[in-house]
Amino acid sequence: MKATIAIQRGAPGETAHVETFEVAFEPGQSVLDALRILRRETDPSLAFRFACINANACKECMMLIDGEVDYACKVKLKEGVTSLLPLPKKALVRDLVTEIAPPDERLFAPVRKSAR
Amino acid sequence: MHLETDVLIIGAGGAGMYAAIEAARAGASVILADRSLIGRGGATVMAQMTVAVALGEQTPDHWEHHLADTLAAGRGLCDENLAAMLCEEGPARIREMDAWKVGWAREDGHIKQAHAPGHDRPRCVYVDFLATGPAVSRTLRAQLNHFDGVRRVGDLLIVDIVVRDCVAVGAVALHTPTGEIVTIAAKSTIIGTGGLTRLYRRNSASSNMSGDGYALALRAGAELVDMEFVQFFPIGHLAPRLVGMDPIMWDPFRYKLGGKLLNGDHQPFEEEYAARDSRSDGAYVLTRDLATYAITKEVEAGRGSPAGGAWLSFRHIPEADIRRAFGPVVDRLAENGIDLARQDVEVAPIAHYHMGGVRVDTSFATSVPGLFACGEAVGGANGANRLSGNAITEALVFGARAGQTAARHASGVAQGWTEAAAKTSVDMLKSASARPGPNLAEAVARLQAVMADKVGAFRTAEKLDAALADLDALAREIGDTPMISAKAFDPVLVDWLDLRQMLLVARSVAIAAKARTESRGAHQREDYPGLDKAWTHNQVVTLAGGDIALRAASPAKRG
Repeated sequence: MKATIAIQRGAPGETAHVETFEVAFEPGQSVLDALRILRRETDPSLAFRFACINANACKECMMLIDGEVDYACKVKLKEGVTSLLPLPKKALVRDLVTEIAPPDERLFAPVRKSAR
Repeated sequence: MHLETDVLIIGAGGAGMYAAIEAARAGASVILADRSLIGRGGATVMAQMTVAVALGEQTPDHWEHHLADTLAAGRGLCDENLAAMLCEEGPARIREMDAWKVGWAREDGHIKQAHAPGHDRPRCVYVDFLATGPAVSRTLRAQLNHFDGVRRVGDLLIVDIVVRDCVAVGAVALHTPTGEIVTIAAKSTIIGTGGLTRLYRRNSASSNMSGDGYALALRAGAELVDMEFVQFFPIGHLAPRLVGMDPIMWDPFRYKLGGKLLNGDHQPFEEEYAARDSRSDGAYVLTRDLATYAITKEVEAGRGSPAGGAWLSFRHIPEADIRRAFGPVVDRLAENGIDLARQDVEVAPIAHYHMGGVRVDTSFATSVPGLFACGEAVGGANGANRLSGNAITEALVFGARAGQTAARHASGVAQGWTEAAAKTSVDMLKSASARPGPNLAEAVARLQAVMADKVGAFRTAEKLDAALADLDALAREIGDTPMISAKAFDPVLVDWLDLRQMLLVARSVAIAAKARTESRGAHQREDYPGLDKAWTHNQVVTLAGGDIALRAASPAKRG
């Protein structure tokens, strides 16, 4: 089966554009599986967050999938077009990556007062 | 950007977070860095299973019994002092986690302890259902909020440890969201980056478990030990596609319910292999090593399941019993279209854990002053094979200890940082170019295929030589100059930096595996079957002049 993935690309300051990719898939495979296949087969520069791959434990692969906020590792691929956008209410980093860490776990954030 | 801290901790899994808590308790300033987000990446969050600890809540126990089981699993190669520390200090850490409300499962007013394979009695605590790792991670992350001296920085990939006059003085890092180079001066640096299972095609690890901590240590001049011992888990999930679950989740259910392993012809095959070997733990029929062997051999003989593994069947179990044993997991399986009462699933051996790692003493110091390691990144405690349930215990105990000793070390030395010491690493990052080259995401997949096919659970000299040649060819393809595709969050640069480290680590596994001409624990040589008593020693890996060197060392005895 073939899925069509329409992905919003770009970084802040650039004009966002949508790129469309076709990917062959087996039933049960996830949107995250497709993104990882696309990097290996087509465009290694595609940026998206993930750590745990399978377990839905890291909660990093959150994005806007067909208009709904969801985890790319949990949403199954389907035939036809799946649209992927970065999270709308988070600062864009690039492509599907947004700034999702709490402010005090980022490099550029107010430094917490030392206890000493 | 330049940062300064007393203690730099690399990796925010269970070991790194516990190290941060203990270093802060000792009064040190701490930077806790993770290439992923804090408390989200690494192995801890993935651990859905059990934690071995001699609490004596379920049945009388003593840590010496736990140690005896740990040493038996390690087949003569454990660092007995590290193993004893794991077992003796486990109860204090597990009770501290209990006080921090991690939520260990309870029954009849006591913490419930399950009987896992390899243990002489019920010893393993857990958080229901299959929630141990996320609960441990969440609890430690919440505790970090109480320590203002800990600065947590996610999205920070450590590229190299900076060494000046043979002393570790900090690190050079890449801040992935901005692409900015970050230098960090640190009096003590702790490697808590976990293992290397991402080197293999099928693994139970998160995407950042590619052994980078081992490469950081080697390049800094520290020693690695037992690199040939990679643990394969026999019945990792293979098919159909299953998300939202740890791929090793079938084990407790197979144990509880008596799930059957069947070959591609839906015929049982375990007994045939069990008959050839007296090692059997009763409920499982086959030990893990032997189950891995049996499945691999059935697949090689053309009797594998369609996806290249074995069938695991629960269809002979009444549906109500399945529901009772699996609890809400039945619903998560249903979300994946899996109904165990009506269909079998496919399983296969997957890389699960690495017994080897950075060589440390009982203060978790490496041979390089200022450089420490903890958690799975440490080698030695588990010898040739790890007892089930010891991984989280080791993360917590070793993390706490390393945090304490690194803080003590930092209190007695001045910052040794100089820009000159960091120059080589900074220059390497600055030289990154958008040159044409191989697809590095695909190159990672090729490296994983080489390791799985030629440095997997069953090895021969021929396969290992072929693997080393493949790894050399891949290294030439990658080159010495980093590749980039973008400034912000560039997966191409991250893949290049990962491959630089993965290739070094993969070579050290293959070279150590080739040298060990016997079969012991998780290292199985088809051309050298059986344990050879003359090989009852560890192999130490060092990097000298760009070359990997091996030497023998006696396993540390208690005392």
